[in-house]
Amino acid sequence: MSYIKFTIEESWAVTLPEEDLDTDQIIPARFLKTTTRDGFGENLFYDRRFDTNGEEIKEFVLNRAKGDETILVAGRNFGCGSSREHAAWALADWGFRVVVSSFFADIFRSNALNNGLIPVQVSNEFLEKIFEYSNKDKGITLKINLMDKAISIPATGESENFEINSYKQNCLINGYDDIDYLASNLKEIEEYEIYKLSSL
Amino acid sequence: MIPKTIFDKIWENHVVKEIDGGPSILYIDRHFIHEVTSPQAFGGLKRRGLKVFRPEKTFATCDHNVPTINQHQPIKDPLSAIPVEELRKNTAENGIRYFPLGNPSNGVVHIIGPELGITQCGMTIVCGDSHTSTHGALGNIAFGIGTSEVEMVLATQTLLQTKPKQMLVKIEGKLNKGVGAKDIILHIISKLGTSGGTGYFLEFAGSTIEQLSMEERMTICNMSIEMGARGGLIAPDHTTFEYLKGREYSPEGEKGEIGAKWDKAVEKWNKLKSDSGCTYDSVHLFSAEEIEPMITYGTNPSMAIPVDSSIPKAHPEDTSLSRALEYMGFQSDKKIAGHKIDYVFLGSCTNGRVEDFRAFVSLVKGRQKAPHVTAWLVPGSKMVEKQIEEEGLGDILRKAGFEVRQPGCSACLGMNDDKIPAGKYAVSTSNRNFEGRQGPGARTLLAGPLVAAAAAVTGVITDPRELI
Ligand code: SF4
Repeated sequence: MSYIKFTIEESWAVTLPEEDLDTDQIIPARFLKTTTRDGFGENLFYDRRFDTNGEEIKEFVLNRAKGDETILVAGRNFGCGSSREHAAWALADWGFRVVVSSFFADIFRSNALNNGLIPVQVSNEFLEKIFEYSNKDKGITLKINLMDKAISIPATGESENFEINSYKQNCLINGYDDIDYLASNLKEIEEYEIYKLSSL
Repeated sequence: MIPKTIFDKIWENHVVKEIDGGPSILYIDRHFIHEVTSPQAFGGLKRRGLKVFRPEKTFATCDHNVPTINQHQPIKDPLSAIPVEELRKNTAENGIRYFPLGNPSNGVVHIIGPELGITQCGMTIVCGDSHTSTHGALGNIAFGIGTSEVEMVLATQTLLQTKPKQMLVKIEGKLNKGVGAKDIILHIISKLGTSGGTGYFLEFAGSTIEQLSMEERMTICNMSIEMGARGGLIAPDHTTFEYLKGREYSPEGEKGEIGAKWDKAVEKWNKLKSDSGCTYDSVHLFSAEEIEPMITYGTNPSMAIPVDSSIPKAHPEDTSLSRALEYMGFQSDKKIAGHKIDYVFLGSCTNGRVEDFRAFVSLVKGRQKAPHVTAWLVPGSKMVEKQIEEEGLGDILRKAGFEVRQPGCSACLGMNDDKIPAGKYAVSTSNRNFEGRQGPGARTLLAGPLVAAAAAVTGVITDPRELI
């Protein structure tokens, strides 16, 4: 019961066609000092949004966004680098519910999922298509259907399926998280400790 | 019997339960926490009304936020002091062992684990920190996790994990003069790329790896994450056992005598080897002879070249390389050696152990720090700090114009006072050269301790072989 249920999301997308966007760029280390999960959104991509004098960098895509987009599309290997979950918190706090890329770094992927932020991994071709259309038409609307594990471009009708294991899919649709599940298994964990761990 | 890898063996030992169509519940033997990624996890536990399930299996240290001078004084920056104080409170409330600032066991989390013998062999080890892969060097499945997962481990001592694919990285042969573990791993990452290991758990093997000391093996496993790998491990052997013998938390270590418990542990650990005929999803072979002293020129660890070579050309379509060169202020085709630098950082969980200081000292001994260079030499732990002084390395360094600071993550990440100013060049023995990693606008050149030492005394990027 830890995050909002996710079924279908349709929104204007923010597109950032760069590869290897690492977690230091998503949220620079100096902003990690608070001890709650809230408020990281305002520092999302801080050093890309502001120059060293604190002036807004107008060309950066997030500074041109309307602010109500819930889908971010980025180049390959998104979220590489540090394990900081703050990257997922910052994206979610900004208002994103989905990140689309052709490749996600492992830890980022699980961090995102643990916060109800869906990492949608698409093929390189599909990703290129999104970037191309959004360039041409100065933006793009995308639709994610978690029940069908499908992402589509409503304007053209093109779509693709993405992978997510059925356990996780179920959790997200119902708004459960892993801690709820693990905590319901404590008896089995204790048995493991008694019978298996002690014999290792 | 189907031949198994060491990874398979450790994994199977720790599976509590497999979920249909999903991940497995994996039991965790050792959990390390630090001040940055744990407060929200304790907060979450409280919100849910859960207790720490196995407090004796979690160990805490503060390292990321801490200053590296005047550690006896209260932390000045309130934003750094708060998470450190939170950690003290949370560990005290939950009965978790904590090595606070100034404690003889304090230090960077991945340095103290092995050093205290908390990290042993055949274990599952996690920490809310990507360089947890370091602990794989002793033959463990060790990997970084996010804060939600820290909360899971605190609450249940388990995690939900999908078994990764496995990759064998084999390095054979004898290393050239002036080449160390950092050069090996930078060489491998430069060949396989920053996502070359994504989805995989790595096993490093081969005669080159076998000849490495325990500390060098840690440098290698530490950076396996920089190829996107979940982690990397090395099968334990005589070197591993010699290293662990008698450490504070090693079996029977506390009494300082090696008894039956130790022998039993070694007997068990000796079985932690990949069976002959086992298969991997991917195999890469390297030869030690082709590895040279390395340095990075760009903004990710795969942008690395031998220190005596030229900066590569950016193809027009390769925007990430041209962007990196612009950020670094470098020109294609120019030799990297001879470029002036401003800072040198020796330290971090990659190269902050005593052997790294010995290597650094071997080169600066009898020379002087270049006057325009600011050098931060930061031991990875209190124990390393003590060893440096006991071995007389501190005196040699001071004579050469250097200062040894107090332990912490320091300039590895721009989170404490040790930040590299915008536009400045830093030869750093840490593990990440991302834009802004060492401070906004900082230009990081990753290298091993010898290349760092050569730069520190000449003031320019220098091939250490010229000074040996
Ligand atoms: S030394 Fe650097 S990489 Fe290692 S734990 Fe500290 S910040 Fe992370």
